[in-house]
Amino acid sequence: MTSETSDAVPAPVDVDAEPGGAALAAPPDSGAGRGRAAYLRYGAGKLGGAVVSLLAVLVTSFFLFRLIPGDPVKTMTGGRQISAAQLAAYRREFGLNLPLWQQFTDYCGKALTGDLGTSYQFRAPVIDKISEALPNTLILTATAFVLYTALGVFLGTRAAWRSGGPGDRFHTGLALALYSIPSFWLGLLLIIVFAVGMGPIPGLFPTGGMESGGETGFAYVLDVAHHLVLPVVTLVAVEYGQTLLVTRSALLDEMGGDYLTTARAKGLRDDLVRRRHAVPNAMLPTMTLIFVNLGRTVAGVILVETVFSWPGLGGLFYQALSVPDLPLVQGLFFVFAAAVIVMNTLADLLYPLLDPRVGR
Amino acid sequence: MNAHDRRGRESGRASDRENRNRSSRTRRLLAAALSLSAAVSAPLGLAPQHASAAEGDKVLTVAVAQSVDSLSPFLASRLVSTSIHRLMYEYLTNYDPGDAHPVPALATKWTASADKLTWTYTIRSDSKWSDGQRTTAEDAAWTFNKMMTDEGAATSNGSYVGNFRKVTAPSPTRLVIELKKPQATMAALDVPIVPKHIWEKVGDFSKFNNDKSFPVVGNGPFVLTGYKADSYVRLKANKSFWRGAPKFDELVFRYYKDQDAAVAALRKGEVSFVAGAPALTPAQAESLKGVKNIHVNEAPGRRFYALAVNPGARAGNGAKFGDGDPSLLDVRVRHALFMSVDRTALVDRVFQGHAAEGEGYIPPRFSTYFWKPSAGQKLAYDPAKAGRLLDQAGYRKNGDGKRVGKDGKPLTYRVLCHATDPNDKAVGQYLKEWWGDLGIGMKLDCLDNVSDPWLAGTYDLAFDGWSVNPDPDFVLSIHTCGALPATPKDVGATDNFICDKPYDELYGRQLAEYDPAERANIVRQMESRLYDLGYMNVMAYPNAVEAYRTDQIKSITTMPEKAGNIYGQDGYWSWWSAVPASGDGSSGGSASTGVIAGVVGALVVVAGAVVFLVMRRRAGAEDRE
Repeated sequence: MTSETSDAVPAPVDVDAEPGGAALAAPPDSGAGRGRAAYLRYGAGKLGGAVVSLLAVLVTSFFLFRLIPGDPVKTMTGGRQISAAQLAAYRREFGLNLPLWQQFTDYCGKALTGDLGTSYQFRAPVIDKISEALPNTLILTATAFVLYTALGVFLGTRAAWRSGGPGDRFHTGLALALYSIPSFWLGLLLIIVFAVGMGPIPGLFPTGGMESGGETGFAYVLDVAHHLVLPVVTLVAVEYGQTLLVTRSALLDEMGGDYLTTARAKGLRDDLVRRRHAVPNAMLPTMTLIFVNLGRTVAGVILVETVFSWPGLGGLFYQALSVPDLPLVQGLFFVFAAAVIVMNTLADLLYPLLDPRVGR
Repeated sequence: MNAHDRRGRESGRASDRENRNRSSRTRRLLAAALSLSAAVSAPLGLAPQHASAAEGDKVLTVAVAQSVDSLSPFLASRLVSTSIHRLMYEYLTNYDPGDAHPVPALATKWTASADKLTWTYTIRSDSKWSDGQRTTAEDAAWTFNKMMTDEGAATSNGSYVGNFRKVTAPSPTRLVIELKKPQATMAALDVPIVPKHIWEKVGDFSKFNNDKSFPVVGNGPFVLTGYKADSYVRLKANKSFWRGAPKFDELVFRYYKDQDAAVAALRKGEVSFVAGAPALTPAQAESLKGVKNIHVNEAPGRRFYALAVNPGARAGNGAKFGDGDPSLLDVRVRHALFMSVDRTALVDRVFQGHAAEGEGYIPPRFSTYFWKPSAGQKLAYDPAKAGRLLDQAGYRKNGDGKRVGKDGKPLTYRVLCHATDPNDKAVGQYLKEWWGDLGIGMKLDCLDNVSDPWLAGTYDLAFDGWSVNPDPDFVLSIHTCGALPATPKDVGATDNFICDKPYDELYGRQLAEYDPAERANIVRQMESRLYDLGYMNVMAYPNAVEAYRTDQIKSITTMPEKAGNIYGQDGYWSWWSAVPASGDGSSGGSASTGVIAGVVGALVVVAGAVVFLVMRRRAGAEDRE
């Protein structure tokens, strides 16, 4: 995997252009061992930090959500026929009658064995509820992530390369405009135009949901893809601008580099100068953003999930918060935080491979 | 050939090499993208666990937003779940679609003993479970006994069996329930009766959600055949239902978490019916009126919308807590607040006509129990009289025009409002204005979750509302002293800490009164008492506003039958009675259009990729020139 990565992503520092770069990119043999040891130390530090962060999240999530106003039992039973004895039974069942410290130790004990408890409102293990909705969310957010990252990087590098030109002005302007549009509003517009149909445009896509229900096999995959189009378009439209702008500004910083002049002097095509020499050096800020976004994909997208009735984690989190369904909200918070921590750690571990100056 | 040329050729070769590298890298990236998308779509392999509808089946699709909490009748409490249980399982009784009086269902008749403590139900012999076994009194007895002995099974409906002493089934058609005290609500036991031979295998009732294996054995008008959380609930018509098979072959509840999206789906014909939660907004109703093949159905709702007064929070043991304003203990002040609210203006301006003016506690939809004040008793909108009442109570205006008490402090009330309900906020603004004119200050506390201050009694007034059942016992019980929390630390079933001896006395009488007419008479007296106390100002009865497609549903029974609503009825009348329109008559995008559109989408993506690659190649060519 490592060799593939370093192969697919070209050498980050232009060997020909930067005299100092030669030493960094091709260290002498004795230095390679030292470098590896340094990297291992660096990696161990980052991994240790991640584990500590995860434990901190585990503890925080317990106390954080107990600060939310609202009595879970009363919210759940509000508006229906219930006796005081039943209310007391609920409290006993949820362990809410126990002192806080005891609830906390129970929670920690279970969490360490991988048991996140049972949802109050759905009466199902939190793990089950999360693993039911997680794939749905990932189908949506990961597809959108791949597309908006590719689009953002592609347009961003081109915008920077010809900065100030009509293409740059158009794409930067458009991306900024879309970035500032509320996603639920754009989603509703897309539903009205492309799902219901307007004027000569027929209703091409479903108005919501993830599936029609009843399909199996390949028809089911196509059905989900069909439902996926509008929410993904909405997400890509509002998200790609960020990647575009970050890529563009990072690349603009590199544009004056002497090594680019050298590359051109070699007779390389402009396209190659950009892709082989300038972009790799400008990728670090974009990589950071990519990993932050990758961590966020798990958290779902509450507004888009709601508008398109997508049965994902975002909607589940909202429902959990409004009770508050403490075990579910804790579990979701932990999963969301863990995803960000894992992705950030991964990014930290990858940086030195992308740019040897990091981690020394 | 000079040096310059040679260098040019060499770097030309160098860039060719890089070009070749590029194309192999493109291939690798493409492969990576493909494997990533394969990984992303891997969960798609999880096939849905239900059989698909056969071609030509008449499908009725209903848009819903509320998530199912549980499909076990022992655990479910949300409207969507209990409505589905009504369709899956027969109850002992049902309610007449005309005036909501109890009518036979699983029980054909029911009688009480002379001492009022033993009820005997005759169970019909023509009801079958969907696996072919006959439904007997033993199933009913087992269901009730389970709820009486297993705390987990009492989670949702335990309150119905709280007063039961013993339940037996002396024969397959005879169910006997013995009570501890007389209870007039025995023809209104909204408890789904489940098949004993299936459910006795369940271990932990507090965790069994009845949503793993389909079809689920039942004896209602529909059989549950599939469920996917927040995606759909599918039910098939029970062709051997004793009252007759439903006219639609399949009933699907499909999820639309956003009401505007649900309305869009109705316009498109993807769904046959949209209920709205709790109603379509005036703007949505307006936009659908006059649209071809769509009928907007507006009916009196089952909910009342009120302003509740904190009468000083207290517990059953007499301990007082909370910090309700003491001025509200004066009935003249409460009446003055009542009279300064222009209910017709609220109906016109806030509800935009989609509500009826509030009067008694129980909405007019339940005609048997509806009560309204006589002309002399009515606390009509009269700010001048309200001002005089406040003067009499000792709250006079000072130089700044503010009402002050004997202690010299100005009257200011905290009103608890639900941040999620736009009506609360809008009504709050009117109250601020009206009470301001009277010299009373007002602070609107809008919270996402009001339960903390509500339970602690740390408010002065609060927006309140309840859905009323055909049997009013429960909404009456929440204002009795018995519903107060035992101690300030406990949570009671009380609504807003009302505890009034004459009201309690009437409550006890109605519960023991087995003559329906006399019982209704006592219930109306209770409403009158509650009105005079001035603790509950029922401002409006919001309408149920829903819409359906007439090209999919030809006719459907509303409840009340004359000008009633469709979703959330007290019974299964609407979906059981719905008649498909001739022609296609089916909602939902057909599978073939989905496949076609999917293929078209894939083609667009491929075409886009081809165009992209061609353009890049061309760009490269330009560079070379």
